[in-house]
Amino acid sequence: MGETLLDKVWRAHTVKMLPSGQTQLFIGLHLVHEVTSPQAFQMLREAGLKVRLPERTFATIDHIVPTASQMRPFGDRLAEEMTVHLIRNCQEFDIRLFDLNSGRQGIVHVIGPELGLTQPGMTIACGDSHTSTHGALGALAFGIGTSQVRDVLATQCLAMAKPKLRQIRVEGRLARGVYAKDVILSIIQRLGVKGGVGYAYEYAGSTIEAMSMEERLTICNMSIEGGARAGYINPDATTFAYLKGRPFAPQGEAFNRAVAWWRSMATEPGATFDDIVTMDGRSVQPVVTWGINPGQSLGVGDRIPNPAEAPETDRAAWTEALTFMDFRPGRPIAGTRINVAFIGSCTNARLSDLRAAAEVARGRKVAGGVRALVVPGSQAVAAAAEAEGLHMIFREAGFEWRKAGCSLCLGMNEDKLKGREICASSSNRNFKGRQGSPTGRTLLMSPAMVAAAAITGEVSDVRELLR
Amino acid sequence: MSPFRRRIVGRGIPLPGNDIDTDRIIPARFLKSVTFEGLEQHVFADDRLQAPDHPFNEDRYQGASILVVGQNFGCGSSREHAPEALRRWGIRGIVGESFAEIFLGNCTALGIPCMSMDVEDSDWLMEAVTENPEKQIVLDVEKEEVIFDERAMPATIAHREQLLTGTWNATRVLLEAGDAIERVARGLPYLSEY
Ligand code: SF4
Repeated sequence: MGETLLDKVWRAHTVKMLPSGQTQLFIGLHLVHEVTSPQAFQMLREAGLKVRLPERTFATIDHIVPTASQMRPFGDRLAEEMTVHLIRNCQEFDIRLFDLNSGRQGIVHVIGPELGLTQPGMTIACGDSHTSTHGALGALAFGIGTSQVRDVLATQCLAMAKPKLRQIRVEGRLARGVYAKDVILSIIQRLGVKGGVGYAYEYAGSTIEAMSMEERLTICNMSIEGGARAGYINPDATTFAYLKGRPFAPQGEAFNRAVAWWRSMATEPGATFDDIVTMDGRSVQPVVTWGINPGQSLGVGDRIPNPAEAPETDRAAWTEALTFMDFRPGRPIAGTRINVAFIGSCTNARLSDLRAAAEVARGRKVAGGVRALVVPGSQAVAAAAEAEGLHMIFREAGFEWRKAGCSLCLGMNEDKLKGREICASSSNRNFKGRQGSPTGRTLLMSPAMVAAAAITGEVSDVRELLR
Repeated sequence: MSPFRRRIVGRGIPLPGNDIDTDRIIPARFLKSVTFEGLEQHVFADDRLQAPDHPFNEDRYQGASILVVGQNFGCGSSREHAPEALRRWGIRGIVGESFAEIFLGNCTALGIPCMSMDVEDSDWLMEAVTENPEKQIVLDVEKEEVIFDERAMPATIAHREQLLTGTWNATRVLLEAGDAIERVARGLPYLSEY
């Protein structure tokens, strides 16, 4: 009987079984950022411990950086203090930091793959729930809390229970105007925001296999929004081609040896899963969320649902969501006026995302009264986009072109919604208050759909704007 | 507090609703600090502002130490600031229908047991605690049950062993593996140029 990638990676990294029944799992790559690490470094200091493998630990600064100007010291005293702490901690513990002047800074889940740090067959941890992103390259990647950041710093290990495995097979060609974001939002809509608790997700099928690495990163990124702590895609020719030549990828002969090992870690034919779900990729529509969690979504052509028709267990949640959003059941979601358009985040701020949005924005103007911003996922993405003139397309259309960071995905810097504003956003969470205003509202969608909303001033079907 | 978590006893605070995410438990703007100090002041900050009758605002629940929740509590962001804020507010145990995985692990790492019950018991408890906030809830980690008003309900608890033996600080446990960690590292092709 064939083994899965989960089985193989888990076994290769098992140090021992713990009395608790959990596995002591070796972590091959640890990524660190400024928000969830300072307390962990402090705990390490207090316990008199060192970082066990500083050469497998990399840091960047993303959550709190301003994106209008990244000149230090930052105007925000607290942001500056957190930055100073990260720099000091990295110096003290001998950790490589991709700082603002490195040309390599960016959202931690964008730079890991981009630098070739993320590789198939690895275990990866980061004090951030979207660490699942890295599974797109065939790694097993977990989001962890601050105490676990301390554990990994001190021991290069985690105590974890092996998750169950659900294979999600998506088959068929996506229609024009339908993107990876629409696929993953559809999956979460179908399986629910807690459907994946206790599971890792293996995404497979012809739709997934046909995706570029950047699209795959979008898929795995949102695994956690479906409750699954990890999600992965088996490594294949697309993965290897993506990694080739990246700064931290193996070079020369080592690359060929690596490919052989990477290939050997993929799920084998005949492997069994705890659950299998199949979906038709051809029927996926451009998706928009209407509520306050990423599972509350619909096709752009659909009408806002009525809580009276909700399954019994969801009725209260739907009512709460509609009250917060101030949306009326039965009204089409298309045509909903927006105030802000945000293209960014670890879900959708890579070069292909910016290209897709620019294709819609080219030669058009952002609607009056709409504040629109594009925040590249990393300095490298920004440079690549500028090299092909995307920044000019956005600027001419009336978008602000910003520096790399998390920005309006969570509103920890100056980029926040105000009051009851509605934001069309390419990020991953539409939780109450997520974008910095306690009463602000978020509509999740693909970057191209955000661009369409920015241009028309309302939720619009991007397929009508594609030329 | 004892270094073991066998039994937690205290008054309850009911927080109805499913899928309550960690952004709501502690909004991101309060994460702008290099310590966890003072987080208790901001627990559910935005929800409390919008709903003056939020349980965390109500006098009758002040001093409660056991949080009663619904389904998938603590989903979303991995921020350990969420259980830290609850702990610093005074929460010592959480009981509900189900929990998000990262949040649950973070609670264990702080020695806060999270106990799951089936939906009938969990709905009953939510109502009963709301009506009788002065009565004590017992979270029996050892026997895997929750007791309220003389009704004992079966509950499951993740990481029970760590809580019972006082070994929820995993760093110490993981360090015991010593050389075995190096052995695994040596066997990994990506740590030796493949
Ligand atoms: S972009 Fe958003 S979701 Fe991604 S790491 Fe930053 S804050 Fe988290």
